[in-house]
Amino acid sequence: MRASDTEVLTPGSAAQAVEAFGDGRGITVFAGGTILMPEIAAGRYPRGGRTLMLDRAGLDQLDQLGGDGTVAIGAMVPLSKLAGSRIEPLAAAAREVGDLEIRAQATIGGNLCAPPAAESPRGDLQAALLAMGARVRSAGKAGERTESVEDFLARSEDETRLVLAIEVDKPRRASYLSLRRPHAHSYAAMTVACAQNDGNGGVRVAAGGVAPRAKRLHGVERALAEGASGEDAAARALDEVDPQDDALASAWYRRNVLPTLITRALEQLQGG
Amino acid sequence: MELNVNGVTHPISSSPLTSLLEVLRQELGIVSPKVGCRQGACGTCTVLVDGEPRRACLVAVATLQGAEVTTLEGLGTAPDGLAPVQEAFHAGYAAQCGYCTPGMLMAAHALIQRAGGPVYREQVIEALSGHICRCTGYVKIVDAVIAASRGQVDSAEFDQLLRPEPSEPEIEVKGSPA
Ligand SMILES: Cc1cc2nc3c(=O)[nH]c(=O)nc-3n(C[C@H](O)[C@H](O)[C@H](O)COP(=O)(O)OP(=O)(O)OC[C@H]3O[C@@H](n4cnc5c(N)ncnc54)[C@H](O)[C@@H]3O)c2cc1C
Ligand code: FES
Ligand code: FES
Repeated sequence: MRASDTEVLTPGSAAQAVEAFGDGRGITVFAGGTILMPEIAAGRYPRGGRTLMLDRAGLDQLDQLGGDGTVAIGAMVPLSKLAGSRIEPLAAAAREVGDLEIRAQATIGGNLCAPPAAESPRGDLQAALLAMGARVRSAGKAGERTESVEDFLARSEDETRLVLAIEVDKPRRASYLSLRRPHAHSYAAMTVACAQNDGNGGVRVAAGGVAPRAKRLHGVERALAEGASGEDAAARALDEVDPQDDALASAWYRRNVLPTLITRALEQLQGG
Repeated sequence: MELNVNGVTHPISSSPLTSLLEVLRQELGIVSPKVGCRQGACGTCTVLVDGEPRRACLVAVATLQGAEVTTLEGLGTAPDGLAPVQEAFHAGYAAQCGYCTPGMLMAAHALIQRAGGPVYREQVIEALSGHICRCTGYVKIVDAVIAASRGQVDSAEFDQLLRPEPSEPEIEVKGSPA
């Protein structure tokens, strides 16, 4: 298959994009292209069908909603913009992705929707979004809807949605840590993000690189709420995830490092 | 569609998702951007899109309608028209096999333009962190970019720049590593 084997649609507004996307059948959404272009080079895409280019559809706004620290991030906002945004722990996660040229092209929508790959985990922002309790606004079958990022990531593989925006509340405290290989271009082998909002809500904890998509660690959160120490709570993570081997790290290594990474992220949260 | 490269507008017949790298090299015969990994991971294909460094292998040509693309050919040509980064790379032996050089030069040029004056070592390392060089060990490349940002682009000034600090131990130089 060559790059010419797809019909390319270029909507000029968000409304047109939603209409062109329809129920999403046979459509590949093309955002920054940092994942899709290498797929073309490798001959894995396109496989016929239609490609919906978002570069002219708007969707690149970062809007403060009211005065309460809620921010709506358009799906096409580049990671470079998030890296400098002080919206933690998202900004910290964005700062570590690739290099400055990649961050300028890569979008948050593409990171959230990154298809799992066999060689490494993908979507390093997902854990941060889970810890923040982010909400995803998307269009597709049965129209538009807004749901938690947790529900969005857990939807069935064959339900494709067009992500329009992601809403987050700036947490009161946040921390982010990753386990990286010593090369600027490797994805993180594992990511851990923690966040606590104002009010008496508990601490949310999530990890990436431990499953095909990042996961919220409810058992760890419950243990913390019941007064367990960070270290004891972190140990519960292994009941909830079953990491895999890939090119970045073995499952064994991940299992051994994950509790430490969580413990340190929790320490950082208490300190910050 | 039409594509503006180095100030010249070209009609393009490649399909919309063709990479800018392929369009430049195959359709337009502009070959300074090199083909390395075609995965965005080596940096040698880097060109400027509206003044910002981008991996040509990661950019679909359809997204460039109305944009200005600059390649090394548009930066400067020998003997008289070289940009300061090019002069500094030449004076400072910052290229060996030269495969990474076009991408390094474009990224370095964009950094100096953005900074508008002298840049620090850390800034150079950050700006070039996506660029892989298998030959030089990076030191001479980073030195050359710093020198270019200060306008110190001839060989004599280079020797000055690379003299050790008084506190550094003297190293006996045994001929040129090249
Ligand atoms: C050299 C290099 C280094 C990298 N390093 C990292 C890293 O350290 N960490 C990391 O997480 N990633 C990394 N990446 C991967 C990638 O850059 C990011 O995941 C990026 O955020 C993807 O966004 P994009 O807009 O480029 O995605 P695209 O390639 O445009 O799309 C990716 C996927 O998401 C879908 N999609 C995109 N937007 C939407 C939308 N709005 N609605 C529905 N589906 C959508 C596409 O259909 C596709 O399946 C790296 C990539 C490269 C080339
Ligand atoms: S060829 Fe484009 S980054 Fe390697
Ligand atoms: S000079 Fe040979 S790769 Fe850099």
